[in-house]
Amino acid sequence: MLSIHNIHAAIEGKEILKGINLEVKAGEVHAIMGPNGSGKSTLASVLAGREEYEVTDGSITFLGKNMLELSPEDRAREGLFLAFQYPVEIPGVSTTNFIKTAVNEKRKYHGLEPLDAVAFLKLMKEKMQLVEIDKALLTRSVNEGFSGGEKKKNEIFQMAMLEPKLTILDETDSGLDIDALRIVASGVNKLRSSENAIIVITHYQRLLDYLQPDFVHVLYNGRIVKSGTKDLALTLEDQGYDYIKEAFGATAQ
Amino acid sequence: MKEEIDVLEQAIGSEYKYGFVTNIETETVPKGLNEDIIRLISQKKNEPEWMLNWRLKAYAHWLKMEAPDWANIKYPPINFQDIIYYAAPKKKKALNSLDEVDPELLKTFEKLGISIAEQKRLTGVAVDVVMDSVSVATSFKQQLAEVGIIFCSMSEAIQNHPDLVQKYLGSVVPMTDNYFSALNSAVFSDGSFCYIPKGVRCPMELSTYFRINAENTGQFERTLIVAEEGAYVSYLEGCTAPKRDENQLHAAVVELVAHKDAEIKYSTVQNWYPGDANGEGGIYNFVTKRGICLGERSKISWSQVETGSAITWKYPSVILKGDYSVGEFYSVALTNHLQQADTGTKMIHIGKNTRSRIVSKGISAGKSQNSYRGLVKVAKNAINARNFSQCDSLLLGDKCGAHTFPYIEASHPSAIIEHEATTSKIGEDQLFYCRQRGIDTEAAVALIVTGFAKEVMNQLPMEFAVEAQKLLAISLEGSVG
Repeated sequence: MLSIHNIHAAIEGKEILKGINLEVKAGEVHAIMGPNGSGKSTLASVLAGREEYEVTDGSITFLGKNMLELSPEDRAREGLFLAFQYPVEIPGVSTTNFIKTAVNEKRKYHGLEPLDAVAFLKLMKEKMQLVEIDKALLTRSVNEGFSGGEKKKNEIFQMAMLEPKLTILDETDSGLDIDALRIVASGVNKLRSSENAIIVITHYQRLLDYLQPDFVHVLYNGRIVKSGTKDLALTLEDQGYDYIKEAFGATAQ
Repeated sequence: MKEEIDVLEQAIGSEYKYGFVTNIETETVPKGLNEDIIRLISQKKNEPEWMLNWRLKAYAHWLKMEAPDWANIKYPPINFQDIIYYAAPKKKKALNSLDEVDPELLKTFEKLGISIAEQKRLTGVAVDVVMDSVSVATSFKQQLAEVGIIFCSMSEAIQNHPDLVQKYLGSVVPMTDNYFSALNSAVFSDGSFCYIPKGVRCPMELSTYFRINAENTGQFERTLIVAEEGAYVSYLEGCTAPKRDENQLHAAVVELVAHKDAEIKYSTVQNWYPGDANGEGGIYNFVTKRGICLGERSKISWSQVETGSAITWKYPSVILKGDYSVGEFYSVALTNHLQQADTGTKMIHIGKNTRSRIVSKGISAGKSQNSYRGLVKVAKNAINARNFSQCDSLLLGDKCGAHTFPYIEASHPSAIIEHEATTSKIGEDQLFYCRQRGIDTEAAVALIVTGFAKEVMNQLPMEFAVEAQKLLAISLEGSVG
C-alpha cells in the first residue's frame, strides 16, 4: 500500500529526515516511536504533503501512485488520513457541514454522486456510535472550544466518516486522560480491517497497549534505526530512549 | 509560508463575469456638468417645473460643497466635467409590456442571470430594471396596482404621482445632506419608486436591477419607498457594470419612509465592477441610503452584501423617530485586490424605547482595505434606547487591512449600548487541515467565508441568499492557498 524509499526531507534548509525506508501493507499497523526531535512528526507532515517541507531525495508510492506528485487534497481523496496532533479550530463552520464537504469532495474525485442529506445523516449516525462521539459536538464549529479529548475523538470520527485506506495517527495519545485514550483507541480498533493500514506515531507505549501494532520502528535522528515487533515498544518503555541514543547516537550522526 | 501566501493570492484573483458590454444604441447628453445640462436632463424627461427647480437648487448647493475626506479611502480627485450625466438606451416609443423591450437589452439581462421574462413567469418577483440612467422595464405593475401598490420608475412617479414625490423626495436625505447626495439631487436620472398603502402587505418581493452599460457615464439613481401605516414590503436591489479601464461614478440616494407599524426590508447585492487585480478601473460607489421610522413600532431593516466597486462609501442608516421603532443593519462587505470599502451604518435613536441592531462582517483579501464605520446616537429624550453591535473582520493573507471605527454618542443615561468586535485570519493551518480532508483551498475558503457571513446571509430572501453566497465564493476565487 505504502512504500517509502530513502526519503530525505528538509525544512528551511535543515535536513530532518535522512533516508527513511518503510513498507506498509494492507491490514498492518505500524508504530513509529522515537525521542523528541527525531523526525516523527516531520514524517507525518511529509506524507500528508505539507508544503513547507522539502523532499530532497527518495520516493513514496501510495496505492501504486507517485505520492510526491499529488497535492495534499488529492492524497486525502486517494485515501490518506492524518489525525492531527493539534486539530485546528475553524470558527463559523459546523463540524457536520465540514465533514459533509470532505466526504462529498472525495466522492466527486472518485466520480461518485454527492451523498444527499438523508444518506449522509444515516452514515453519520452509524459512525457516531462506533467512535462514541457526542452528537452535540457535531453541531458546533469545527474543534472550536473542544477539550483535548473531544478534539481527538473528532479526528477519529472524521476517520470513520472518510474511510481512509491509510491512517496516520500523529501523537493522538498526547493530552488524553486514560478514559479518553481508551475510547479513542477502541474507535480506531473498530475501524481496523484487512483493507486498511495504520501508522501510529507516538512517544509512549500506552496507546500501543490498546492498538497492538504488528511492527514497531524506532526513529532516531532522521532514520529508522531499529524495527521489530510490539516487544520492541516494551523494551523501549523499560529502558528509555537513552538506550537507543547510546546504541545509535554515534552512527546516526 | 511565503509560497503558501502566494497561492493565497492566486486564489483571490477571480474574473469578473459581468464585465461584458451590450451593443445597444444609447442616447446621451454631452459630457460635463452645468445648469444647462441639468435643464437638458429635466427636459428630456419632460419634467414639471418644480422638479427642475429642485434640481437647480441642489446643484447650487453642491457647487458650494466639498468632497468629504474623512473616510478611510484613497482616490484621485474626480473630474466632474468628464462625466456624462445622462445616458439612456434608445427606445422608439413608450413600452407597454416586456415584449416591446429591445431584444439586445433582454439578452443583457439574461446574461446577468436575471431574465426578466423568466423571473416574471417563475419566481413571482416584480422587477424594475434600470440600465444606465433610465428604467427600462418594470414587471408585475398591473398585479401590484390591484392591491394599490405603486411600483414604477422614478420618472413615471414624477409624472403620475407628483404629490407623493413632492411630499417625500428629500424628506429623509435632504438635498444638502452631503456632497454626493447633493450631486445626485441635481442630476439623478431615474430609479425606482414604491408606495405601499395603508394596511397592505406587499404580496411579492420587489426588485430593482441596476446596470451601468455606456462608457464614461455616471449612474445617479434615486429610490424612494414609502410604507404607510401597517404596510410591509421587502425590496431587493442588485447591480453590475461592464469592465472598463477608467473609473465610473455611481452616486445613488435611497430614501425609505416607514409609518406607524410599517416594516421595510431592503436588501442589496452590490456587485459593480471592482476593477482589475492592479486596481485599474472599477466603479466609485458613493451612496447615501437612509430610512426613517416615522411612526410607532415601525421597523426598517437593511441587509447588504457588498462585493463589487473599486471604492465603496456607503452607510445605510435608520432614524428611529417613532417610539418602539426598530432599526437593523446586516452587512457583509468583501474586498479583494485593491478594492477599498468604508461602509457601516448610523442608528439615530430619537423616539422612546427604540432598538437597533448592527451586524457587520468584513472580509478583506489581496491588498484591499475594509473599514466598518458606524454611529450609534441616542438623543436626549430617547428613553430606554437599546443598541447591540457586532463587528467581525476576517483577513485573508497578510497584505490587506481591516479597520473598525465605531462612534457612540449617548445623551440619555438609560441607553444600553453594546459593541462587540473580533478580528480573525484564515490561517495556513486551517487551510492545510481542510486540504488534508480532501477540501481544496478554494472550497475551504468558501466554506470558512460562508460560515463567517452566515448570520447576515440568513437575513437575505432565499433566492438572493443563494446568489450572494455564490458571489462571495466567486469574488474570492484564487484568494487563498
